[in-house]
Amino acid sequence: MAEQAFSNLQAASHETSGLRSVAADFSSDRQAFKNVPWGKVMMWIFLLSDTFVFGSFLIAYMTARMSTTVPWPNASEVFALTIAGTTLPLILIAIMTFVLISSSGTMAMAVNYGYRRDRRKTAALMLLTALLGATFVGMQAFEWTKLIHEGVRPWENPWGAAQFGSTFFMITGFHGTHVTFGVIFLLIIARKVWRGDFDQERKGFFTSRKGNYEAVEIMGLYWHFVDLVWVFIFAFFYLW
Amino acid sequence: MVDVPLGSIGAAPAAAVDDVELYHPHSWLTKYVFSQDAKIIAIQYSLTALSVGLIALVLSWLMRLQLGFPGVFSFIDANAYYQFITMHGMMMVVYVLTALFLGGFGNYLIPLMVGARDMVFPYVNMLSFWIYLLAVLILVASFFTPGGPTGAGWTLYPPQAIMSGTPGGQDWGIILMLVSLMVFIIGFTMGGLNYVVTVLQARARGMTLMRMPLTVWGIFTASFMALLAFPALFVGAVMMLFDRALGTSFFMPAIAEMGQPLERSGGSPLLFQHLFWFFGHPEVYIVALPAFGIVSDLISTHARRNIFGYRMMVWALLAIGALSFVVWAHHMYVSGMNPYFGFFFATTTLIIAIPTAIKVYNWVLTLWRGDIHLTVPMLFALAFIVTFLNGGLTGLFLGNVVVDVPLSDTMFVVAHFHMVMGVAPILVIFGAIYHWYPKVTGRMLNDALGKLHFWITFLGAYAIFFPMHYLGLMGVPRRYYEIGEMSFVPPSAHMLNAFITIVALIVGAIQLVFVFNLFWSLRHGRPSGGNPWRATTLEWQTPETPPPHGNWGRELPVVHRWAYDYSVPGAAEDFLPQNQPNAQARQGTSNE
Repeated sequence: MAEQAFSNLQAASHETSGLRSVAADFSSDRQAFKNVPWGKVMMWIFLLSDTFVFGSFLIAYMTARMSTTVPWPNASEVFALTIAGTTLPLILIAIMTFVLISSSGTMAMAVNYGYRRDRRKTAALMLLTALLGATFVGMQAFEWTKLIHEGVRPWENPWGAAQFGSTFFMITGFHGTHVTFGVIFLLIIARKVWRGDFDQERKGFFTSRKGNYEAVEIMGLYWHFVDLVWVFIFAFFYLW
Repeated sequence: MVDVPLGSIGAAPAAAVDDVELYHPHSWLTKYVFSQDAKIIAIQYSLTALSVGLIALVLSWLMRLQLGFPGVFSFIDANAYYQFITMHGMMMVVYVLTALFLGGFGNYLIPLMVGARDMVFPYVNMLSFWIYLLAVLILVASFFTPGGPTGAGWTLYPPQAIMSGTPGGQDWGIILMLVSLMVFIIGFTMGGLNYVVTVLQARARGMTLMRMPLTVWGIFTASFMALLAFPALFVGAVMMLFDRALGTSFFMPAIAEMGQPLERSGGSPLLFQHLFWFFGHPEVYIVALPAFGIVSDLISTHARRNIFGYRMMVWALLAIGALSFVVWAHHMYVSGMNPYFGFFFATTTLIIAIPTAIKVYNWVLTLWRGDIHLTVPMLFALAFIVTFLNGGLTGLFLGNVVVDVPLSDTMFVVAHFHMVMGVAPILVIFGAIYHWYPKVTGRMLNDALGKLHFWITFLGAYAIFFPMHYLGLMGVPRRYYEIGEMSFVPPSAHMLNAFITIVALIVGAIQLVFVFNLFWSLRHGRPSGGNPWRATTLEWQTPETPPPHGNWGRELPVVHRWAYDYSVPGAAEDFLPQNQPNAQARQGTSNE
């Protein structure tokens, strides 16, 4: 009877729309975000927190750029590559951005196949995503090496404000670390998908929680976030 | 009574709840050391934080010895003095208060109060503690490195924090401090995500957000704020570490050291101040909001009266939390800024007084015509109200630019922030420990020792910090190793300093009584039973005390009412537990 009333109430809150249903969800019991798994809420809130990390980094970079007393190096010259005799500004960064954005596409497809419980395709697409991510990190390593050979250091560079090198290594390094961790976790989760952990609800080694395809989507959230951050770094660091 | 929708669940039967996949420990090691049970983690957090607190207390003694009796103690030289100040400040603010309120009380109370079996991610929760412990060890290790810990002041302002004139600036001190802070933030993030998600997503049936005890609201809001505020400190720490270890110039302008120009230029020391205080001001409320929440529950329980204006209390918490992110530069009035900026930050700072005043009024109105039991927790709660009011009022002075500028570098500021974010939250911590100790151990803390502890701590804190306001108004500067002979400082100021030091030694020593009480009562305390304070909230309704792993046995509780049904007319008892159905509560007459 009361059980009935409870489920009616839940049904009612699903039927109403817009702000009313948002308010109904928040003022109800048990879950503020209805039918959203714990892990997903946690990832969203973590990403919000991480947004403040990258936000602080980028604002610090802008402040440094404004406070320095010597001119800032010209990004499109510094990040130019000479390929077959032609100097192409920002060519490497363009390719890197393309690779990373593409990896977001393959990740989205992996999530889609995860929902369909297509074990093989999900795992394959996650591996492809990890490969693209690793390619990105590899190209970043190439870029770092090139700049270091040209004499760029965190404390100095040949073209102008010392803060150019400091912020460059710090921000791209921090982002690259995020991508690297992403690649590692992509591989771990891809392995679990491949083994069928999520189909058999196999328990986690440390956590003793049952595995679930939600892990793929949560991984996807992180990956898209890292991509989005790159777009801002690209815009503020390379294009400005 | 607050009218919450969902009255229809009121009569729902307690359903057996599906397995939440808790990790069931098999050995002593996984049960008590590497435990994934939030309650054990809470105790680990609390004991570690209290130990750090004792270290920080001793540091404050050493500082006071120098200020009260300058030159008498030869082992306290200027370097050591600055190291004591720095470590005392940083330890108390971050490693004691934040860790104790969020890691300690948060871990213990959130799952029990919202009716969950544990935090949502127990394994991550366990990691959070161990990473916190690592941060503490790194910090304490700096005492044993060459050059000792950093003496840059707890705000670590560059450029001095990383230069050779400052103790620890060219040695290990500052590096260990920054690394420890970064490690702490990583550990806290793991815990903080757990606290927030548990409150949002793992409440018991019938536990709506607006039925949660204010303790949970306070800790929840503070955890969320911490997740947004700590990143700024993290970034500041990374950049300062680079400045120190790699020779970058994020915070270093063109500068000379010992007459030699350094190879630095173009950095902005103000940038660090902005990053630091963007963390630092919310940090004040990260410490204060859990205290607000806990004190609301203590007052309501021990005055046998529902909290006045519950909804307003919740919205005030959230408003304070939001506003605290737009006031940070009021710490930087003396650093120099555009006057319009000062105007903006002074305005936002003063606006915070409104929700804060609402809370104070509501506490007082809760007491009004209440059946006040002067138990030890209640004494601490009452002491908190006056202390916080006191510190809050001097905050109104300091929030104004023109008043702040002459007072900013004096003892007045020291008195202000110790009142408002030192003494006040610590009084709540003591009150909360006296209040919840019976749930944690099954025994009451000794009452006589508790009252002794309370009166000396409370009166002593006032004897320490009240005269300090006066010293500040006279112009006695803060952070000075020695005042020496200054024309505007009369000899009486020195006597006052000596007096403050003696009281500080006594207040510090009486904390040993508290520590003794904690251990003595573990064995010899009066058995408390499950609900010694006759309180309504869920943690007092567990089937067993102390609650076992999983908290609730087979069935999770079902919540039928808000947390403050005290002295409901017509009810058989003067309190109605949150999980008591209406039918049982009514005894003949209608009481709704």
